[in-house]
Amino acid sequence: MDTVFGMDAIVFWIIATMALVNVTGALLGTFLVLRRMSLLGDAISHAVLPGLALAFMLTGTREPFPMLAGAMAAGLLTALLTHLIHRYANVPEDAAMGVVFTSLFALGVVMITRVASHVDLDPGCVLYGVLESAALDTRTVFGMEIPRVAVTLSATFLVTVAFVALFWKELKIVSFDPQLATTLGINADRVHYLLMGLVAAFTVAAFEAVGSILVVAMLIAPAATAFLLTDRLHWMTLIAAATGILIAILGRNIAAVYDAPVAGMASVVAGGLFLLAVLFAPRYGVVARRLAQVRLGLRISGEDLLGLAYRWQESGARTPLTASGALDAAGGGVASRAALWLLRRAGLLVKSGDGLRLTASGEERASRLVHRHRLWEAYLAKHLPLPDDHLHSPADRMEHFMDSDLQRQVEEQVPEPHGPSGAPR
Amino acid sequence: MSGPAPWLAVLALAAVQAALFALVGAERLLGWVQTACASAGLPYNTVMVLAGSGLLGVSSAVIGSYAVLRRRSLIGDAVAHAALPGIALAYLMARERNFFLLLLGALVSGVLGAMVISWLRQSTRTRQDAAIGLVLSVFFGLGIVLTSAVQRDPSGAHAGLEGFLLGKTAGLVSQDLLLIAVTSANILLLVWLFQKEFLLLSFDPGFAAVQRWPVPALDILMMTLLVAATVIGLPAVGVVLMAAMLIIPGVAARFWTDRLAALLPLSGAIGLGSAVGGTYVSSIREGMPTGPVIVLAAAAVCLFSMFAAPRRGIAAGVVRRLQMQERVARQNLLRSLYELVEESPDSAVTAEDVAGKRSWSVADAMKLLRRAEARGEVRRTMDGRWTLTDLGLQRALDVVRAHRLWELYLVEQASIAADHVDRDADELEHILPPEMLHQLEDRLKQKGRWPEDRVPASVHPLEGAAREGR
Repeated sequence: MDTVFGMDAIVFWIIATMALVNVTGALLGTFLVLRRMSLLGDAISHAVLPGLALAFMLTGTREPFPMLAGAMAAGLLTALLTHLIHRYANVPEDAAMGVVFTSLFALGVVMITRVASHVDLDPGCVLYGVLESAALDTRTVFGMEIPRVAVTLSATFLVTVAFVALFWKELKIVSFDPQLATTLGINADRVHYLLMGLVAAFTVAAFEAVGSILVVAMLIAPAATAFLLTDRLHWMTLIAAATGILIAILGRNIAAVYDAPVAGMASVVAGGLFLLAVLFAPRYGVVARRLAQVRLGLRISGEDLLGLAYRWQESGARTPLTASGALDAAGGGVASRAALWLLRRAGLLVKSGDGLRLTASGEERASRLVHRHRLWEAYLAKHLPLPDDHLHSPADRMEHFMDSDLQRQVEEQVPEPHGPSGAPR
Repeated sequence: MSGPAPWLAVLALAAVQAALFALVGAERLLGWVQTACASAGLPYNTVMVLAGSGLLGVSSAVIGSYAVLRRRSLIGDAVAHAALPGIALAYLMARERNFFLLLLGALVSGVLGAMVISWLRQSTRTRQDAAIGLVLSVFFGLGIVLTSAVQRDPSGAHAGLEGFLLGKTAGLVSQDLLLIAVTSANILLLVWLFQKEFLLLSFDPGFAAVQRWPVPALDILMMTLLVAATVIGLPAVGVVLMAAMLIIPGVAARFWTDRLAALLPLSGAIGLGSAVGGTYVSSIREGMPTGPVIVLAAAAVCLFSMFAAPRRGIAAGVVRRLQMQERVARQNLLRSLYELVEESPDSAVTAEDVAGKRSWSVADAMKLLRRAEARGEVRRTMDGRWTLTDLGLQRALDVVRAHRLWELYLVEQASIAADHVDRDADELEHILPPEMLHQLEDRLKQKGRWPEDRVPASVHPLEGAAREGR
């Protein structure tokens, strides 16, 4: 059996073909996702069908070049018609897209079933793709047996890389600030249609191998995954491409285990990787955000408890501050309990007798906190015409978020603030 | 309206129908239809297919119209794809082609897909378009994997799950069609029951929430109806084209009306017409697949509406623009003539003078002058020059008055330099409504800037007139 790089040749070419698809899709998809145009990929990948049928009707062959030309024409037509209907007929963009691509797809199905039913343009294979058999249909290039689809895909990949490298700056500006692009004299429309043309070419080159659904998955999933992981465009592009390669390797191997179609399994893997990113992305992940919320909640509860204890001692109350009273005042519930436990563990609060007492370090922390609170009250009293009894609650929120910089600025504005007439607030 | 009310209504409806169904039974119901058809002399099978696809066309068009209005058109597409794993799983669990179970599986996984989309949009950084695309492709990929498992199963080789991809009305038996018809009728009934709620939800969900309406529950109900319409459409028109059944009638109907109360019936009628027409055409012509033909019929209606609709159509827009251009050119001509002869009202000017006043070619000016002559606004003097008639002078005065009034207003109120107001006034004078002119007059009269009973003098020197005076 043939081997490439120590792998079974067929396995190698399946993975290589899919990696080419995924990386090209990831590069193009980055800009689609950023420009909120992900679904144009879906629309174009369906709407190329009448282009393929027409090219076949005109030339009578399935040679790649006429097919590619027909598909690109249909793809560009989809983007153009969507835009025109949206612009001149006042139809929402998503509805315009839905009308255009479904109509073109219906037209394509009718054309194929009526004119070309005897050829191998099975609409089902348009959806599924036949990666496994495409890897067997090889051509000899430079003395190597290379699958035909891999040749066309490599060409698409190279063109895409060249496009992204050459138009990097333009793509970046058009993606983030189209108005700025226009004022800088960058023709946003031209960049847009170049991108759409490439998406159409990619769709055609890829869907024979992997089917239009994986094309859609690869245009969106790697880029959407990368979007959750970074805020920098070049990292997003690289992460998306790497995700694409990972999907190819995992997809083919998991599919082999379950004897499932590779393209289908690859979209499932893409979904799985995306879900991992949604849950565990360092900054935008669901878990990270939930943790940050919990941490903030604990900090606020803890600071409220410290402030309460400080004011209690400051007021010179006779009775000690009981734990249950403090918890009630701080809102009660699990968060307050956990915050109290953390404060005691950090040695800021201790239990003495039947009450809570601040330690020396706790008193220092609490005094800074209360200071910030009263600073903000004094600042509000000076600059906003609020009645005295309306000062407390904004300050209560603000005390947790005042950093040293802001504190210094406020201190310049208001001289040493006084405690609010001795009473705990 | 309290929280659980929508669900109670839905449950009551389902319970009544289940009871009726248990009492009568599908067989007897179909028997009645068959007898009715026979006595009316109609072909039973054709009637069933047309009724099924027609009701499907109406219900998907109506519920899809809401999706179009709420900018959620493509969620239907995603849901249609997301139904596939549910169908395959239902088959794997039941081990037989039970149409009801397959559709139930499709409904569950479709609703799940729709909920994942709104979860991704609301609680993560993923935007709606990417969320739709992800759910569409990932669920469908899972569907492909599960379908291949079905096909490997010895009993599953003839499961006919491929029928769900491109749709095949011919493969449906009477019971299937009955289920489609009953579900469609239920969707329509619920839309009718909840029309007030859905109206508010579509146009002002924030207000609905403030009024203590159960917005999330209503949202899920609407979504479930959308998924239900999608799911029953799958076996007839297939995964890809189901989106068209939802979107196209609503888009087409939207061209004709601005009222939801008119939009829904119209969209339903378009859905009905294209479904029945498409089904009929594909049944009498060999090699015409039903789903695509239905979609193409709807697309033709949409295309026609897009061009021909009276107010929102493209043709109407073009006509409006041409009329506006015509009016602007006419008014510009009148004002130019007036300004050229302002000093000596009886004098006449040449076409070259008029052309020089504006950026017109002499030929353009001649054309406009001839058209004005046909309207009786100008006439030719003996020596081939042009002069305003009494009618023309009257109309020119109106135009000039509007122009100078606006100029004066800009100078007075917007503190724009006198030599800059000409161009600004030029854009607005043609569209100033009469009430606005009266208001302007009053404002300027109060300030003592309004010369009684005549056109105010221009606030800036008139180029053409100056040349004429030389």
